[in-house]
Amino acid sequence: MMEWLEYDFMKNAFLAILLITPLFGLLSTMVVSNRMAFFSDSLGHGAFTGLAIGAVVGIVSPMESLILFSVVFALLITWIKNKSSASTDTIIGVFSSTGIAVGLMMMSYGGGFNKFSSYLIGDILSITHEELISLLVVLVLVFTAWGFIFNKLLVLSINQSFARSRGINVMLVESIFAAMVAVVVAISIQWVGLLIINSLLVLPAAAARNVSNSVKQYHAVSIGSAMISGLSGLMLAYEFNMAAGATIVVIAALIFFITMALKPYFVR
Amino acid sequence: MLKKFFRHSKGEGNDCSRVCCTKLENFTVKVGKLTIFEDVNIHAHCGQLTAVIGPNGAGKSTLLRAILGEVSHTGSLKYTDAKGKHSGKPVIGYVPQYLKFDVSAPVTVLDLFSVCRSSRPAWLFPSNIRHEVEESLKRVKAVELIDRRLGALSGGELQRVLLALALNPMPDILLLDEPVSGVDQNGLEIFYNILEDLQNNEDMTIILISHDLNMVAKHADQVVLMNKGVVCSGTPQEVFSDHRTRKIFGMLAEGGANRGGTGFVWVEHQPKKHQAGCGCPDCAPKEGEE
Repeated sequence: MMEWLEYDFMKNAFLAILLITPLFGLLSTMVVSNRMAFFSDSLGHGAFTGLAIGAVVGIVSPMESLILFSVVFALLITWIKNKSSASTDTIIGVFSSTGIAVGLMMMSYGGGFNKFSSYLIGDILSITHEELISLLVVLVLVFTAWGFIFNKLLVLSINQSFARSRGINVMLVESIFAAMVAVVVAISIQWVGLLIINSLLVLPAAAARNVSNSVKQYHAVSIGSAMISGLSGLMLAYEFNMAAGATIVVIAALIFFITMALKPYFVR
Repeated sequence: MLKKFFRHSKGEGNDCSRVCCTKLENFTVKVGKLTIFEDVNIHAHCGQLTAVIGPNGAGKSTLLRAILGEVSHTGSLKYTDAKGKHSGKPVIGYVPQYLKFDVSAPVTVLDLFSVCRSSRPAWLFPSNIRHEVEESLKRVKAVELIDRRLGALSGGELQRVLLALALNPMPDILLLDEPVSGVDQNGLEIFYNILEDLQNNEDMTIILISHDLNMVAKHADQVVLMNKGVVCSGTPQEVFSDHRTRKIFGMLAEGGANRGGTGFVWVEHQPKKHQAGCGCPDCAPKEGEE
C-alpha cells in the first residue's frame, strides 16, 4: 500500500503535505473567525501580480518577488481597510481584481502566459529538497509566532472595541496576521495552485467550528482535518492520476459536510 | 500651586492616586465631513455612575469608542487623580452591546478570560488561571458558566460574563454601551444589582449608555442627555424635568414624570460622596489650572 513512497518525488510530496497542511489548518482558524475568507482569496490574486513583476523585473527570483509583493499587498489592504469608511469587502474586491488584472496583463505581454499556467493548478510533485527545508523553517516560524499572537487575535475576532479596551494594538495585530497569511499563501501557491489555495484556508476551520466547543478543540480539529485531507488527497491523486491539490480540497469539503451533519451531536 | 500642595498632604494615607476625574472638554468627533457630535463637555467622577442618554444616532456609542481611542477626536480627554494631578493611562473596562459580540466561534468562557488575562497561548496549553476566573465569575454570580461556549449563553448570561471580564483587572473607568438592551427582565435586575454593588463598594467611574430611562433615573448620579452634542446634564431630576428632555423623548419622559412616585425614583437616590475621601478637588472646571 505504501509502495508509492519508493518514488523520490512522492516522498517529497508526502513530506510537503506534512508541512503545508498544519500551516493551513492553523491559520485557517483565525481566517474564518476574523471573517477574512475573502481577504485570503485576494492574496492569491495579488500573487499573480507579484509573479509577473518578478518575471519582468528579473532582479530577484519569482519566489522572492512573490513573497515581498504579497506581504506589501496584504499590509496595504489592512491599512486601507482600517483607514477608510468603505466596507471591507468592497476594498478587498477592488484590490483583488486589480491584482489579478495587472498580473494577467503583464504575464500575457508578448504571449508568454503559458509558462505561468502551472501556478493556477499547482504541482506538489515538483517540490525539491531545498524547498522542503524552507517550508520547515516557515512552519516553525509560524507556529512560534502563533504562540505570541493568537490570544490577541482571538480577542480581536470577537469584538474590536473590546480588544481596544484590553490594550491591544488592533492595527498591529491585524497586520502581523495578514503578513503571515500572505507569506504562507505566497510560498505554497506553486504547489497547491492559485485556484484552490483559498479553500485550504477556509475549509479546515469551517469544519472544525461545526464540532468543537473550545479553542483547543477548534485548533486540534482544524489542523487534524487539514492533514487528513492532505494525506488522503495525495494518495488518491496518485492512485487515480489526478491533480493533487484539487483532490485534497474535495476531501476537505467532504469533511466539512460530514461535520455539518454531525454538528448537533458535538456542539453543546 | 500652593493649593495643590495642601491637597497633596491632605490626601496622604488614602489610596487617592487612582484616576478620579475623567474630563472631556470640547470633545468632537467627525468622520469625513459628517459631524457625529461636537463640543461635548462631560466631567465624570469616580464613585459615581454617569448615564448617557439620547436618541439613536446621537453619537453615544461613538463617544465611548472615542474614549477608548478607537475613533480619533479633537478636544481634550483628561484623567486626573484625586489630588488634581494628571494621572497616567487609566485601566478601562468595557462592556459592548451583546448583540455586537461575535459568539459564533468555539470559545468557552474560560478561553475568553484566558486570552484576555494570560499571555500563555490558549490554543496550546491548559489554562493556568482557572481559579482566578472562578473568583471573577463569582462576583457576577456566573461560576457555573465557566466551561460553557459563548454561543450557548443567554443574553443576560453573556453580559454578566463580559462585565466580570471588564472588572478583571479592576478598572478605573467602566464603560458600558447599552449593556442590557435585549436582555430579559431577570437578567436586567441581576445586572443592575451588580452595578449598584460596584457603585457602593468600588471607587470607580462608571459611564453607562442606556435607553432604559427608568433604570437611569434609579441608578445614575449624573445624567447627560446627548443629541450630536450635550443637550443638558445634571442630576437625574434636573435632566428629566428639563423641557428639552421631554421634547426629545416625547411621551416617554412625559409619561414617566406624570406617574409620580411609581415612575422615576430619583428623589430616593442621592449622589453619593466619594470613598475614602478622595473627591475631585476641582469639580468645577477652572481655567489656567492645567
